[in-house]
Parts: sequence; structure tokens; C-alpha cells
Amino acid sequence: MTRGRIRAKIRRSSLYTFSCYRPHPSEEEGPHDIQGPGYSRLVYCNQPHLHEQKPLKYCTNYISTTKYNIITFLPKAIFEQFRRVANLYFLLAAILSLTDVSPFSPVSMIAPLAFVVGLSMAKEALEDWRRFIQDMKVNLRKASVHKGNGVFGNRPWMKIRVGDVVKVEKDQFFPADLLLLSSSYEDGICYVETMNLDGETNLKVKRALEVTLPLENDATFKNFNATIRCEDPNPNLYTFIGNLEYDCMVYPLDPGQILLRDSKLRNTAYVYGIVIFTGHDSKVMQNSTKSPSKRSRIEMQMDKIIYILFSLLVFISFISSIGFIVKTKNDMPNWWYLRPPDEHNLFNPKKPEVSGFYHLITALMLYGYLIPISLYVSIEVVKVLQALFMNRDIHMYDEETGTPAEARTSNLNEELGQVDTILSDKTGTLTCNQMDFLKCSIAGSAYGTRASDVELAAAKQMAMDMDGQSKNSTPLSWQKSGIAFGQSEIELETVVTSTDKLERKPAIKGFSFEDSRLMNGNWLKEPNADVILLFFRILSICHTAIPEINEETGDLTYEAESPDESSFLVAAKEFGFEFCKRTQSTIGVRERYPSYQQPSEREYKVLNLLDFTSKRKRMSVIVRDETGQILLLCKGADSIIFDRLSKNGRMYEEATTKHLNEYGEAGLRTLALAYKKLELAEYSAWSEEFSKAKTSIGGDRDAMLERVSDMMERDLILVGATAVEDKLQKGVPQCIDKLAQAGLKIWVLTGDKMETAINIGFSCSLLRQGMKQICIAATNEATLDQDPEKSVKENILMQITNGSQMIKLEKDPHAAFALIIDGKTLTFALEDDMKHQFLNLAVDCASVICCRVSPKQKALVTRLVKEGTGKTTLAIGDGANDVGMIQEADIGVGISGCEGMQAVMASDFAIAQFRFLERLLVVHGHWCYKRIAQMICYFFYKNIAFGLTIFYFEAFAAFSGQSVYVDWYMLLFNVVLTSLPVISLGVFEQDVDSEVCLQFPALYQQGPKNLFFDWSRIIGWMVNGLYTSLIIFFLNIIIFYDQAFRSGGQTADMTAVGTAMFTCIIWAVNCQIALTMSHFTWIQHLFVWGSVTTWYVFLVFYGELSSTLDENAFKILTEVLAPAPIYWITTLLVTIVCNLPYLAHISFQRSFNPMDHHVIQEIKYYKRDIEDRHMWKRERSKARQETKIGFTARVDAKIRLLKGRLQKKYSLMSAPSVISQQT
Amino acid sequence: MNSNSPSTSAGGPGSADSTAPRRNSKRPKYSRFTQQELPACKPILTPKWVVEIIDRYETDCVPLDSRNDKVGFIQSPQDKTCHRNLTVPKRMKRPIYVYYQLDNFYQNHRRYVKSRSDQQLRNPGDEGDTSACEPEDTAHGMPIVPCGLIAWSLFNDTYNFTRNDQLVTINKTGISWKSDRDHKFGKNVYPRNFQNNTLVGGAHLVANKSLSEQEDLIVWMRTAALPTFRKLYGKIEVDLQAGDVINVELQNNYNTYSFDGKKKLVLSTTSWLGGKNDFLGIAYLVVGGLCFFLSLVFTIIYLVKPRKLGDPSYLSWNRNPGGH
Repeated sequence: MTRGRIRAKIRRSSLYTFSCYRPHPSEEEGPHDIQGPGYSRLVYCNQPHLHEQKPLKYCTNYISTTKYNIITFLPKAIFEQFRRVANLYFLLAAILSLTDVSPFSPVSMIAPLAFVVGLSMAKEALEDWRRFIQDMKVNLRKASVHKGNGVFGNRPWMKIRVGDVVKVEKDQFFPADLLLLSSSYEDGICYVETMNLDGETNLKVKRALEVTLPLENDATFKNFNATIRCEDPNPNLYTFIGNLEYDCMVYPLDPGQILLRDSKLRNTAYVYGIVIFTGHDSKVMQNSTKSPSKRSRIEMQMDKIIYILFSLLVFISFISSIGFIVKTKNDMPNWWYLRPPDEHNLFNPKKPEVSGFYHLITALMLYGYLIPISLYVSIEVVKVLQALFMNRDIHMYDEETGTPAEARTSNLNEELGQVDTILSDKTGTLTCNQMDFLKCSIAGSAYGTRASDVELAAAKQMAMDMDGQSKNSTPLSWQKSGIAFGQSEIELETVVTSTDKLERKPAIKGFSFEDSRLMNGNWLKEPNADVILLFFRILSICHTAIPEINEETGDLTYEAESPDESSFLVAAKEFGFEFCKRTQSTIGVRERYPSYQQPSEREYKVLNLLDFTSKRKRMSVIVRDETGQILLLCKGADSIIFDRLSKNGRMYEEATTKHLNEYGEAGLRTLALAYKKLELAEYSAWSEEFSKAKTSIGGDRDAMLERVSDMMERDLILVGATAVEDKLQKGVPQCIDKLAQAGLKIWVLTGDKMETAINIGFSCSLLRQGMKQICIAATNEATLDQDPEKSVKENILMQITNGSQMIKLEKDPHAAFALIIDGKTLTFALEDDMKHQFLNLAVDCASVICCRVSPKQKALVTRLVKEGTGKTTLAIGDGANDVGMIQEADIGVGISGCEGMQAVMASDFAIAQFRFLERLLVVHGHWCYKRIAQMICYFFYKNIAFGLTIFYFEAFAAFSGQSVYVDWYMLLFNVVLTSLPVISLGVFEQDVDSEVCLQFPALYQQGPKNLFFDWSRIIGWMVNGLYTSLIIFFLNIIIFYDQAFRSGGQTADMTAVGTAMFTCIIWAVNCQIALTMSHFTWIQHLFVWGSVTTWYVFLVFYGELSSTLDENAFKILTEVLAPAPIYWITTLLVTIVCNLPYLAHISFQRSFNPMDHHVIQEIKYYKRDIEDRHMWKRERSKARQETKIGFTARVDAKIRLLKGRLQKKYSLMSAPSVISQQT
Repeated sequence: MNSNSPSTSAGGPGSADSTAPRRNSKRPKYSRFTQQELPACKPILTPKWVVEIIDRYETDCVPLDSRNDKVGFIQSPQDKTCHRNLTVPKRMKRPIYVYYQLDNFYQNHRRYVKSRSDQQLRNPGDEGDTSACEPEDTAHGMPIVPCGLIAWSLFNDTYNFTRNDQLVTINKTGISWKSDRDHKFGKNVYPRNFQNNTLVGGAHLVANKSLSEQEDLIVWMRTAALPTFRKLYGKIEVDLQAGDVINVELQNNYNTYSFDGKKKLVLSTTSWLGGKNDFLGIAYLVVGGLCFFLSLVFTIIYLVKPRKLGDPSYLSWNRNPGGH
């Protein structure tokens, strides 16, 4: 509280120059005219009991994102389950199995279905339960609510009603949409962080109405009464229209007084507010769209295959039925042993059509084994297990926050392997929103020796390349490369040496500067000490921050509007210029010179403060120092400052520009600093004009102010430039690099302004020097045309076309383009008539950055990419502003671990750090894609192989609907006998191990190219199934049909033939999967060979038991089949014949046309990578040579540049002298 | 391969000694193991041919004047005895299995397969359990034992063999599966009310013989997988010499004429693989040949144009520069 009071002394209004000029709306405008539909909400403040009845009963503050509740779960979940065509079919079959039509016993139809559906529903229930738990965490958060008589007490969020007065304290979230009444500041302002809403990290100022300011402590609410009339709930975050009726007066309300749910109170001790919108009425919840249920591409394709199989099923059922009708009509009257006619019409030759119809139903059920009933459930089981492995992956566990990766929906695992475009949020995702002061250029000399990551890597890479060359090449080229190596060492000397000093004193947040020339007061010894002094003063004075004293340690921390500013202040403090005090009109700086023991405190009087706006791109302060000297200190974007330099202020321009370019290339955020000395007269003349402009009333006030400040900010003298690193999250550049090598396109969608976005683009290697930037921005001049919108649109279209032209005409293969577009332009570009041109341009660019985009636009862009390119998109973000994008994309990934759970709640996968995306996609995605693809193909194969044998048998059984197999075999086929191997394939299969996946991100391209689930492959597998079924059926029939199969003379009956055939199927499909797998652990062995063994074990048991279950299979194995050698010989023969074509196919493929993973498997198997490390490295670098963005690409570009320079130098120098120097 | 059972039969010298007075305690104890008399099979690799005699008789056994109306003939009550002569082409070692083979007979028809009551066959208490047997479930209000179409249509041709006017006995026991006799067809279940209806299907059963002894029925009830099938009729337990002429006196009772089914009488010996099964051998040869051919192809490929395993030049980025 004390702190609040201290800070409240400063009237912020006098600090924020521009914002305070804005006259209070209530002074000028009358209350809003609120009438008609859309403006019907009435809120009785502090009288929540009035809202307990209709029509004023609004929804509660309880939020729910679950799909089901206890009552609706069963019907809804069952409905969901049977929306799948296959399940519906099996349900019908199960119902029909109770009738005579069924070829099977009811239990053999109902049991698998119940199993399959029950399992899926259990999974749904579990997932929904998790969602419920998360909701309840939010719903049970406590908030302080007025309980009457001026007493406030805690109440869970879900119990908060419309009309309640709520007190929110610092760093708490607002529980609902509130009307701000008063705050701990006298003038009723408060700071709000809206990161969860729009992703913007800068604080927003909200201001209470003057009339409600007196309501500043708990007791004042005892008798508070007011009424609010306002708009109905709507999703628009930036508008609000309403009137407050208070003390018989009506005051208009605007968005400036509204505190939105899920935003956070910052820098303000407490606020009071009235609840206007609760729960799902709040703007955030209105903004959130129902999370769409997503299905992966493979699953959609799988559906198509299922339809094909259905058609096949219907087709062969019809064939059967026709065959049946013909047989029944013509032949059956002669089959006296069947005693025709049949009273039940099932086999009635007199009514063949009726019997035929019944038979059709029978046939549809009989051939149902073509549709793999267990496919869905197996896939679900597999995906849950895959998700489990992702969750358990220790390489995706964040030690700092203790959060592992979380696959929140397991539907999309394989989709992770097919991603084509990544759309990423910036703040909180790529960057941690923290600035580090890294380098500076003062008076034309560069300070700061810490190398940026790019420089380090370039040095390393070059050293490695040289090393590699020198080993393998001839002496002559060795000499050459030796020279080159030496040269590069010279070039990169500073870089290399600085790597040694990585061990440093404990890092100061926001300060990573390292240069002994400036530190510890050594700057005084520098030639331009006076300029350096000025530089430090600008850093410590030219800002709008407030110092805060930590009462325990006495340290100063700074509350600044933007993180750059605070990093400047920290830097200034480290240099010995500690900003320590701010009053209404003064700034106190504690200066510490090494020559004095005690720091001296200087006070500067702030005369004016010219604010930073994105349009001005600069800020200035006018101060008077203790000597009475009036100074204008200015910092701003380099281009703006350089335009405003005076003739004699350009002394360091050239050197500074060079440094700025270097900084920019290194991905640093740069600002130029300048100053000018003012004469008193000059200043007072200007000051008069400025205050005139300030007090003027009318629309052109802003323009006037700008013009006046512009007048002042001229003829500056350049001091230097700063380079601040927007601290990236750990591992981001490397991750982006790998993703780029994996052939993924990365778009950054950010709410930040263009410059920031571009800087980040540089620092995370999405942009690099030498890349051609295509910036598309709407021209702001409101032209005199009748239709300004049209002209803007035409302009944008022209820019887009120009960009496309440029790309088309480009001939350099290394050329890369970057597209940068801002939010306003995007609104036009996303309109129907232009979006395709925009998309075409964007697709041609190596990287795309969209700045100043709203959450909605993020979603729209995502949709455009998704639908326009037809490829898989992945959106990644951390805040509530990314929710739309996350939901819209094919895969949404949320960054967990940071504050705010909205993104995570909406996401399909949650990871703690952006860098884990690499592993998630390149390893898990790649594996899951291949696993699922292989698994589905195999599933179809095995069911076709099995199902068709039933059909063939029909042709030999007069199409009567009799199956050659015992019901129980068929029941167990999908559920037990073949399920575990395929699940082990789906869960454990690896083509190459995770390390190789990461080393060869190019392997990932197999997914987006869909090499493993294209139609040729699917059809290939189906044909293989067809072939297998033919072989199994006919070989068995020919061997067994008439001759005795035992030396005892017995002939085979139907059960014996069926069992022999089934044994062959079990062997064939299990051997097939063993051939398919490339990764055998004991688990696979156990499952594959265990399945085969299970079959025999089952036969033995079933044979013993079945004198009650089924007569025919009694002792089928022990007595009938096992002693017959022909049974075993046939099994062997059929298994070999069935798998021979596949074996031949893969052998031919491997010898003539091996795929990448085959070759890498071989390299690994023969340990060639260990014998020949260079080959391994060379292949790794070749695999990524085409990437245009990313760290590696930047390093390559840098190396190209350096080599070019070397070439020049080399041609100038005489070779022998250099060699002697080297040796 | 021939597997002979061990020559020592139970109750050999060992059992005699154990009853003798124990005079000498040093006398080694008898066990089959110490005396190296464990039962063994002594594989003697001798070629063994399966000899098969097939005689199709369904047309020949209809008198010439009835051949226009075979169905009428078979349904008429006249004598249907028929004589056939079979010549033995090669020596046939016992046991010689006698089969009948039917053709175009859908024992695998769903209506047929389901038309039986396993409960009733096993358990005399369950004789009323005839729900599955329609339309051959009851006669005169009483349940039929055994009920159902399968039993009702029991094959009823009979064969008698003579060689040189000497009767060759056909052993009709042990032609069915032991488990069927022991567990599926009750020892105390007797045919009742069988073939008592207006329509008589096939063979009658001996009324006072339990079902477990009626092996023809047991064999018949094991429905065949395909419309062409063979079933065991009996065993001839004498060797037949090459050139022997066997006279068959058969009762041609079974009606296959309505559906143009062939009837065949088959005499066959067996080998360890069962009956005559050339296909299996051919299939093995073909598959073996195919494997050999494939291995040859791969060998040639390996010799002519070998691909170095793990050769990075086959990686996609090395093969088509310009894209992954």
C-alpha cells in the first residue's frame, strides 16, 4: 500500500504528454444515445439481487469448455460414436444378429462392437474429465466481492453475479468484464496487461470516470447505487457503448473504462469495478469459438478407403445375393436333402426374391470382416499410447517450469508428420519478451564484445568446413584452404576470442553487455569520453519509466512501458548512471564516477516530454540540467533520427550506420540516440507554441501537436546507437533452423509493430541480410477519391503484383524473399477478391511476417493458408489472442508454462518451449505419420485377406451364407489374434532412431509428400490382400477338399478345412507384419509370435471346452489337425507363397530405388557413419542445402560473403608469404 | 517313411519277472529305459505310392430302361442292387480305405449345416431340444432322435466286396473321430422316431444301437466343406494284389439324381500325408523353383549391378538436386 501511495503522488497525466491532452470525453459529448436492439442490457450496480430473476437474470460466471456433462454424456457420446459410418454399420449388424438372418451368433457380433465403442467412449470421458478439472480451476479462483455494508469478502469466480462490486488487486486477473470505478491512483487510472486477449505486451491505461473517483475504499460502497445501460454481449474486444446513471446524472461509457476478463491488473495496487458481463457473456468468452473437432488428413483418407471397402462389401453382397437367388430358384428345388420349400422364406425357392432380400442382409453381415471393426479402436489405442510417449519424452520436458509436453487430443498425432506451414505467434512463443542491452556504438566506435549467435555459428561452421577440406584434399588445395582458414580466423578473431569468456558473473536481467572499455568507469579513458557521458545521460533520462525501490534489498527496479526502456535503464545503471527518482517535473540520476567514492545525485528538470508513438517512431525529453542548460534528448528509429541530424551533427553518421547494419544483421533491435542544446529564448518561443497547440480544441489538435514537436526535433547531433537483443526463448533459432531444413514454411503472426517484427525476424533467422524484403503496407493518406477504400485496395493489389513479378524475374538460385505485411493491409488482402494473389505471393516467399494482426486476423490468415494451399498447417502460440489461430489450424500447439492457459486449453498439443516443436514434429510427427500410415494399410490388407476368403467360400456353398470358420475364430481375429502386432507397429515402429531424425530433418519431407499413404501404396496393399486371400483359400481347398488328410484315412470336414485355412491366415498376416516392421524389440517379437502362439493356445483350449460351445471344433487341434503333417506343411507353403511377392517387392525396391530412410538405415547398420564422419556430415549439410531461411541459411550466406571477401584479398596477396605466416 | 510301432508289447518279459521271487537283489531292475527298449519310430525311407481306385457308378447302376427317369427309378421301391468289377492296378497294402464320394451335394449349405441338435445327440435327457432341426424336428408329435436334415439325409448306399468269390470284410469301426464317439454322440442315446415321417430321406439307423456306435452317422454328421466330398465308408484290412478283380455288390439307394450329383466309390491307401495329393508336391516344387529363380535374379543383380549398401548417393537429395 505504501508503494501505491508513493506512486500515486505522481500524476501520470502530466507524464503522458499526448494522452493527457485528450480532453475527457464526458466534457464534450453527451451520454450515448442507447436504444433499440443490441443495447438492451441493464445492470443495477451493487444490487446483484435484482439480477436473480428474468428478464434481468444474466448467465452466471461459471465457464465450461467441456463437451459433455453427466447427463448428456451417454446419449451424446453414443451419438458421436455412431456418427462413424463403420460403427453404425456394426450396430445395425449387431441388432440384426438377433434375428434368423444372421450368419453368426449374436454374441460374436455384439461383443466386439461393445468393446470397441466402450473403449472409445471411455477415452472421450477421460478427456472431458480433464477439461472439466481445468475449468474448475478457473471457476474456483477467488475474488474479493462486496458483500454489503462496505464489507468485502472472497468468493469463487463462478459465484460472481452481474452488478457485484469487485475489488481486484495487483497482478490478479479480472474475473469478469468490469466497469472501472476507481483505482489506487488518485486520478483513477490503472494499468492493464491484455496479453491473454490480444497478445500485446505493453500495458494499457484505463481511466475511471471522474464521478466515480470518490469510491476509493471499501466503506464507500455501503450506499453506492447506480444503473448501467449498455450494449448486449458481443465479441468485439475494442468497442463498448453504454451509459452510467449515477446521482441522477447520465455519463457515457467507452472502452476506456472497461476491464476485460482474463486481462491482468499491473502496476496498480487495486481497483474497484462493477461486473457487467459474466461468464460466457464476457468478451473473451464471446470471442472464443467452440473448439472444432479436428480430424487428421490420414483419417479422412481412411474414411474414403472405408467407403471403398463398403462399396466392395455391397458389391460382393449383391453378387452373393444374385448367386443365391439363381441357385435357390433353379437348383434348390432339386436339393431334396434341404427339404424345400422353407416356411421362413429364408431359403424358399418359390419366393427367391424375398429370400434373396434376406440373404442380402445376411451377406452384408457375413462380409463385414472386410470393414475392420477394430480399426478405429486400434487407432485410438495406438494414438493414446503414442501420446503417452510424447508426454513422457524427457527431451520435451522443461526443467525450469517442470512441465512436460502434453498431447491434449491424440487425434492428430500423425498429422504432426505432415505439417507444411507453421504459423507462429511472436511474443511469448519465439521471444520471452525481455530485452537485453547487448552492444552500442558511441561516437562512431563500437562497443560490446559479446557475439551474437549467428556470428558464433558462422565461425564454427567455417572452421569445420576448412577442417574437412584439408583432410581430404590434395596438398595444393590444402594450402589454399590453409590460407582461407587463416584468413577466416583473422576475420572472425573477435568472435572466436569472445567465446572463451562465456563464464561470466551472474547475469543481470536485461543486460548482457560486455566490454571492459566502458565498464567500471573505464569509459573516462576513452577518446570521446564527453560523448560517452552524453550517451549515458540520454539512456538514463530519456524515458517514461518509474523507479521502484525494493524495500528489502534497497535495489531499484524499473516499471517501464516497454522492455527496451527498462533494459536501457538497467544498462545506464550498470555504467554508473542510476536513475533513482522521478517526481512530477524532475528526474534524479545518481552518477558514479570512479574518481569519487560517493555517487553524486543530479537532478534534471523535465520541461517537456514528447511521447513515443508508432507513427513518430521517436521520443524526446526536454530537460534543464543543474547548470541551467536546456537539452533536448532524443532516441528513435535510426532512419528517423538520421533524417533529423544537423549538418555538424553528422560526424559519426557513417561509422554508426555501418554499426547499425551489423547490429541489424545480427538480429538486434537498434535505436539511435541524439541530442541538441537549446538556447533559452529558442525554447521559450517553442514552448509557447507547444502549449497553445496543447490547449487548442478541435480535430486538428493532434496534427498540430505533431507539427510543433516536429519543429523542435530537428538539427540533432548524433551520439550513437544502441543494440538491444529481444531475448529469444531458448533454442528458438536452432529450432527454426531445423524446421526450415525439414522443409517447413514458417509464418510469424504478431500483434507487434512492424519494426519489432522485422527485428525478431532477423534474430530468429527468419530474415537475413541479402534477403529481399517485400513490405506491403496500406498507404495512409486519405486520398481525395470518392472511394478511399477502393484506392487503398488497388494500391495493395499493385504492391502484391509487383512483388510476384519480382520473384518471377529473379534468377539467382540463392535469392530468398520475405514478405512483411501489416494488419491493416491484411484486412484488405484477406478479402475474397484479393486473397489468392496474396496467398500466391506469400507461398513464393521463404518467410512471411504479418504484424499488427488481431486475433481474428490470425485465424483468418490461418484459414487462408489452410484452405488456399490445401496443406497441413500448424499454429503455435501462447496467449488467448492465439486461440482463434490455434483452433483454426489443422494442428494447434499451445505453449504451456507461461501465464494464461487459454492457448493451452484450445490447443491440441501443449509444449513448454517453442524449441520442443522440433522434436514434436521431426521425431514424433515423423514416426507417428509412418506408423499410422503403415498401420492403416496393414489393417486393410489383413481384413481384405481374411474377408474375401469368406466370400470365395460362399461361391462353393451355394451362396447360402454359411461361413467356413467357426464364429469364435472370426470374433477373435480382429480383437485378439491380429490386434497386438499391429498396435505394436503403431506404437513402437521407428524407421530411423530419433537422433537420425533430428540430424536429417529432410526425412520429414516424406510426411508432407505423403509417400506412405498415397493411393498407389494403399492400392498396392489392397492388391496384396486380394492375392493373399486367393492363395490362402484356393491352396487350402485344393489340398483338403476330397482326399484324406491323415494317414488314418479321414477326410477333412468343414471345421477342419476352416481351421487349417484360418491358421494359414494367422501365419500369413503375422509374417507380413513382421516383414513390414523395421524396428524389432522384444515387444514386437512377443506380440507377433505371441499372436501366432495365442492362436494355437486358443485352439487347444477351445477344442477342449467346445463340446458345449460348438460341437464341430471339439478337439480340433489336438485330435484332428496337429497329428496331420499335411496341416503343418500346408501352413508353411501358404505362408511362404503369401509373403513372397511382398518380399520380392521390398527387395527390388531396396536394390533399385531405395528410399532415404533405407539408405540411412544401412549406413547406421554398417556403421559407415563412424568410419567416415565426413560423409555423414556432408550428407547432413546436403540434405539441407535448399533451405533459404533459418540459422544455417544465414550462416551459409555469411560464409558466402566472407569467402567472397577472402577471394578478393587472396588475389591481392602473394600466396607463399601467407603460408609462411601461417606455419 | 514308415513308422512301425515297437515290437515289444505290454506285458513282455518285465512284467513276468516282477512277480518272480526276489532271490537275487543285484538283479538289475527292469525298465524300458535301462533295457534300451523305449518305444521308437524307425524311419525307413521307402517310397510309398498311394494307390487309388475310383469308380463312378451313379449312371451305370441305373438299369438301361430307367435311364430316362433316374429320379423315378431311385424313388421307386424296386431292387437297386448293382454289381461292379474293380481291377487293382498295383499292390495295395492294408489298410485300404473305402470312401464314397458325392458331387454337387451341398453339405455346407447354411440351412443344412444348422439343422442338427448337438445337445440331443449327446444327452438322452435333451431329446426334446429340436428347435434347430426344423423341418425335421418332430414326427407324430414326438421329437426325432437324431433330428435335423443332416441325420435325415444319411447316405444309404451300401457296398459289399468279394475277391475271387471270397468276401472281403469291411471294417466299419474306427472310421470316425474318437472324440466324436466318446463325447459328442451319447453312448446311451438311441435313435427314436427316426425316418418315421411321410418322407424318408436316407438311411435308417439300427434302433438298438447307441448313436456312438453308429459310425456311418457320425461320419456323415461331420459336414463337408465343399459340395464335392469324400467320406469314409470302411476299411479293408487285407492287402490287395495287383491284378486282383474285386467284385462290388452295391445297393444304389441314395438319390443324387435329382441334382445330377455324381457318386463314386473310392478305394485308396494312404501315406503319411494322407491320400493321393499330387498338388501339394507340385506346389512345393513350383514355389521352390520360384524362390530359386528370385534368388538367382538377385544374385545376378548383385553381381552385375551391385548397390553398395549404405551408399549415400542414393539419398534423394543426391539424386535429384533442386529439391528434396
